[in-house]
Amino acid sequence: MALVPAITDLQELKNHPAVARLLGWNAEAVTGAKFDRDEMTIYVERDHIREACVVLKEDSACPFNFLSDVTCVDWYPSEPRFEVIYHLLSIPAKERVRLKVRLNSSSPVVESVTPVWPGANYFEREVFDLFGIRFTGHPYLRRILMPEDWEGHPLRKDYPVEGYR
Amino acid sequence: MAHLTPTPVLEPGQDRTMILNMGPQHPSTHGVLRVLLEIDGETVVRMMPDIGYLHTGIEKTCEAKFYQQVVPLTDRIDYLCPMTNNLCYVLAVEKLLGLEIPPKAQWLRVLLNELTRINSHLVWLGTHAMDIGALTVFLYCFREREEILKIFEMASGQRMMTSYFRVGGIALEPPLGFFDRVREFAGYFPSKVDEYENLLTGNPIWGMRTKGVARMTADDAIALGASGPTLRGSGVDFDLRRDMPYSSYEKFQFKVPVSQEGDVFARYMCRVQELRESTAIVRQALDGMPEGPIKADAPGIVLPDREKMKTQMEALIYHFKIITEGFAVPAGEVYQAVESPRGEMGYYVVSDGTAKPYRVHMRAACLANLQTLPKMCEGRLLADVVAAIGSIDIVLGEIDR
Repeated sequence: MALVPAITDLQELKNHPAVARLLGWNAEAVTGAKFDRDEMTIYVERDHIREACVVLKEDSACPFNFLSDVTCVDWYPSEPRFEVIYHLLSIPAKERVRLKVRLNSSSPVVESVTPVWPGANYFEREVFDLFGIRFTGHPYLRRILMPEDWEGHPLRKDYPVEGYR
Repeated sequence: MAHLTPTPVLEPGQDRTMILNMGPQHPSTHGVLRVLLEIDGETVVRMMPDIGYLHTGIEKTCEAKFYQQVVPLTDRIDYLCPMTNNLCYVLAVEKLLGLEIPPKAQWLRVLLNELTRINSHLVWLGTHAMDIGALTVFLYCFREREEILKIFEMASGQRMMTSYFRVGGIALEPPLGFFDRVREFAGYFPSKVDEYENLLTGNPIWGMRTKGVARMTADDAIALGASGPTLRGSGVDFDLRRDMPYSSYEKFQFKVPVSQEGDVFARYMCRVQELRESTAIVRQALDGMPEGPIKADAPGIVLPDREKMKTQMEALIYHFKIITEGFAVPAGEVYQAVESPRGEMGYYVVSDGTAKPYRVHMRAACLANLQTLPKMCEGRLLADVVAAIGSIDIVLGEIDR
């Protein structure tokens, strides 16, 4: 199982069902794709993430009907600093796909996908709590793991591991 | 966490309702879960779980450790299924490294994972039945669980926090007599499951407390991200072990129990049948256990054997380097999911090419399952809340991380 170099050319990947579906819907919403270690990653424009999720969820051939996970990675100090990551699973087709949205540190705001999957609620609250990403349209965006009066977002890379003392 | 005063969370709409605070130290919440309930008489109008009391920042800690040092941390996330957490993490790192694992290690991992599943389900069954009022079952379940913990201790030296799996294989060869002991356990365990079922399945009191209680439809379960027995109890036939196999699960024959009703009893039946299926997998693993090494041949990643370390210079150098500098993992990202006793447990590991993970995220099955709780309880009786909490089998350590 030697490592195969990642494919990052969108043209080469356009036949993958999820990529093809998104390109067919709105080619401008897809900014890139990556196929690495048997996993498909699609970069989606920030303003289109909720619609992209709806499109993938309602695809008839391969409906990505299950939201496995929402999380975030902080690439401090580079910009765009944050990557919000959605792991989608298709229960009927047994396929996975990863959607990514890149956010600048100046406005870490993205649309919530809770209208598409109510199950995104806690995951997005967790990302808000630990990274300070704001999800517009979220029904109850408050801290979930840290105390309500906590200052700062612990999983950001500029937050020390041992905390502020 | 938070909401020290319940007022901003639940504003009573009418004078009829009152707010009841359940937990965080309530015995039926299996840890430290706080539930805010708005009740009208005995009926739950609104429900809101409040979590975070066990948050220890494990994800942040992982970023400061070498890859191999993360393994003991993963045990402590879900203390009822340490091996499943170990497995999920090492599979993710192995996928990042592109490492091939010898068959014997894969089969041993399957065997221990199924024992872990039995162990976890036994704790669940005992405590769930105790919450509902059937005290006897608890004692029966813990009798068998004790034997599994002894088997774990035999293999890894630890009863609960096993840390037995390593990136590239398994820490140690299981000791002499290990397989005989597992075989003996797998031989008599199905008759013990019969005992539990004798106590509960046909019991009219158990039936009244569980049948038709805390129902959830398949559509709701999928929309809310439920997985594992919580999902299969609502009639969705999906199990990662069968549908997206990992660690040689495709070589095992087993049925995936599914119930259609979506109530507490359906989830109970799923788990009890899983006990039997897991025993069957353990037996298959014993019968077909391949011969060979238990560690991959990757000198810079896998610690050398003690014997080689004392006789070969190179092995000693590798040992020193792994311990002091860790091993570098090629840059990339991986999401690895396994079927834990509670559902889809996923590890998302990002590497930036150094010896420490850039980001480790755990997808906690319980966190998503917990979201189904208001759906199950709202509009139902207060007493059913306890049954519903028990039926989704939550472990707060995993939810809060």
